[in-house]
Amino acid sequence: MTAATMTAPLTKPGANEGRIGLRGNLRHIGALVRRNALQIKQDPESMFDVLLMPVIFILLFTYVFGGAIAGKDHQADYIQRLVPGMMAMMGMNIAMAVGSGVNEDFRKGVMDRFRTMPIARSSVLIAKIVVEIGRMLVAIAILLGMGFLLGFEIRGSALEFLAAVALSTAFGAALMWIFILLGLSVKTPQAVQGMAMLVLMPLQFGSSIFAPPTSMPGWLEGFTKVNPLSTLADAARALLNGEGAVAHPALITLGWTVAITAVAMPLAVAKFRKKT
Amino acid sequence: MTTKGGNAVEVRGLVKHFGDVKAVDGVDLDVKEGTVLGVLGPNGAGKTTLVRCLSTLLVPDAGRAVVAGYDVVRQPRALRRTIGLTGQYASVDEKLSGWENLYMIGRLLDLSRKDARARADEMLERFSLTEAAKRPAAKYSGGMRRRLDLAASMIGRPAVLYLDEPTTGLDPRTRNEVWEEVQRMVREGATVLLTTQYMEEAEQLADELTVIDRGRVIAEGRVDELKAKVGGRTLQIRPADPGELDRMVGAIAQAGLDGIAGATADHDGGVVNVPIVSDEQLTAVVAVLGGRGFALAGISTHLPSLDEVFLAITGQKTSGAPESHDLTEDQQYAEVSA
Repeated sequence: MTAATMTAPLTKPGANEGRIGLRGNLRHIGALVRRNALQIKQDPESMFDVLLMPVIFILLFTYVFGGAIAGKDHQADYIQRLVPGMMAMMGMNIAMAVGSGVNEDFRKGVMDRFRTMPIARSSVLIAKIVVEIGRMLVAIAILLGMGFLLGFEIRGSALEFLAAVALSTAFGAALMWIFILLGLSVKTPQAVQGMAMLVLMPLQFGSSIFAPPTSMPGWLEGFTKVNPLSTLADAARALLNGEGAVAHPALITLGWTVAITAVAMPLAVAKFRKKT
Repeated sequence: MTTKGGNAVEVRGLVKHFGDVKAVDGVDLDVKEGTVLGVLGPNGAGKTTLVRCLSTLLVPDAGRAVVAGYDVVRQPRALRRTIGLTGQYASVDEKLSGWENLYMIGRLLDLSRKDARARADEMLERFSLTEAAKRPAAKYSGGMRRRLDLAASMIGRPAVLYLDEPTTGLDPRTRNEVWEEVQRMVREGATVLLTTQYMEEAEQLADELTVIDRGRVIAEGRVDELKAKVGGRTLQIRPADPGELDRMVGAIAQAGLDGIAGATADHDGGVVNVPIVSDEQLTAVVAVLGGRGFALAGISTHLPSLDEVFLAITGQKTSGAPESHDLTEDQQYAEVSA
């Protein structure tokens, strides 16, 4: 056996060689966004949540439950309540998919390929988030289109409308970090979905999205008050309908957005680093 | 860069344990620039863990490794620019087409759009995948996927290429295609570290061999040296009439050929097995049988199996330790610095 000496030079000059600049990072993220977009093209069923969920939910709640919730002759009022609320919900529902997506990536050999390449590991995550935000915007567009068909009208200004979209998207993006963390922590994409649903259902329905909290028992009404989906829905409602208090629910939602990101993002990134 | 004739890979005292499993337990090895080192060992010998350490996927617990002049622990980013890895499991995105996979990798390697496009076309052509360029990799056959994986590893013209059991699970024809590609890469100057379970593959591709078992090197040297140590090949002769097996064994023994001893009849297989060390011996044995008027239906020679190699080197059967991918995911993905 060879003696414990090395004939190769110890190291090449410049231990930092290979550091990736901003332009390089953007190029890598661009290539990976393209990858994620092509995956959707190849597997159009993965867009079902984006394409069908807004349609099904809006029809279900307007025609099946809407009459019971708002009264048979008040469906027009109910749509004004429902659409902004669902806009708030959409971010959360789409964000869920990022968890199973990240989980699936780690089960495939392609992750090994990325990890042996001279790219920042975070670009894989960032590309995913960029694509998911794109999906959220598509879902919101479909939701609004469907809403318009059923008589929904935007009564706020264009700026207020944009603010509502931005707030919903920002909150959804914050939630993505939680789902990424979940996706990195559990074993299978199915488990990610199961666990996500467990969190999703109470938050969705224990909120002001579908029914006025004042119609609920006291304890549930209390829960809806602290549920960030309620405040987001209230803010979106006030912005799109051009009436009611905006500042208070919007600020609370922003607070949640920042807090969730501040806690979940470092945890998710640390977990990702550890796994890669 | 190491000078010509220097070592492209140097590993000293490399150790990687997963809990109680000593996957790599003090490995030393060198790969000279422009040559192929075969790392031969059974499942669970530590081959994959070794390759994962050398490709920055795992951080070793102890020891040092310098690849293409870069320390695998301290300069992983720079190292990643100079290596290519093709694993046991194809590391391509199955939902993307072959072309899109190669284009993506070109872009991730900082090629311009134009260069990435040209390189993707070039590599598809070279690996005979042009016709399948637009199909998703999921629809490729096993051999096509492996070729795409090799092409992906070659996009960045790596100085050092790791091939982790590149033909495991492939049919013989596809295996030959992969071998031809590897030989071509070496002709073009690549340094290759190849892990394999097959003596035949090692003989085809490798200049030197390192045999490892339970995370340790148990033998090393040129392929012909190790083969000589193990005892050459086995000549198998199939008579047209299986009833003549014993008479053939008798005839070979009677002939008293130089260096030929221990011909045996395998009645179940319908063949006579004769251990030989040279082509001359093969000719002599066949000449004897032909001279005595035996009708032969088939002749073949076989390299010793990995089991026989191990038996010859260690006097023991292969250990069959747990395979590295039996480890839990967390162990496999144990901490690696960015």
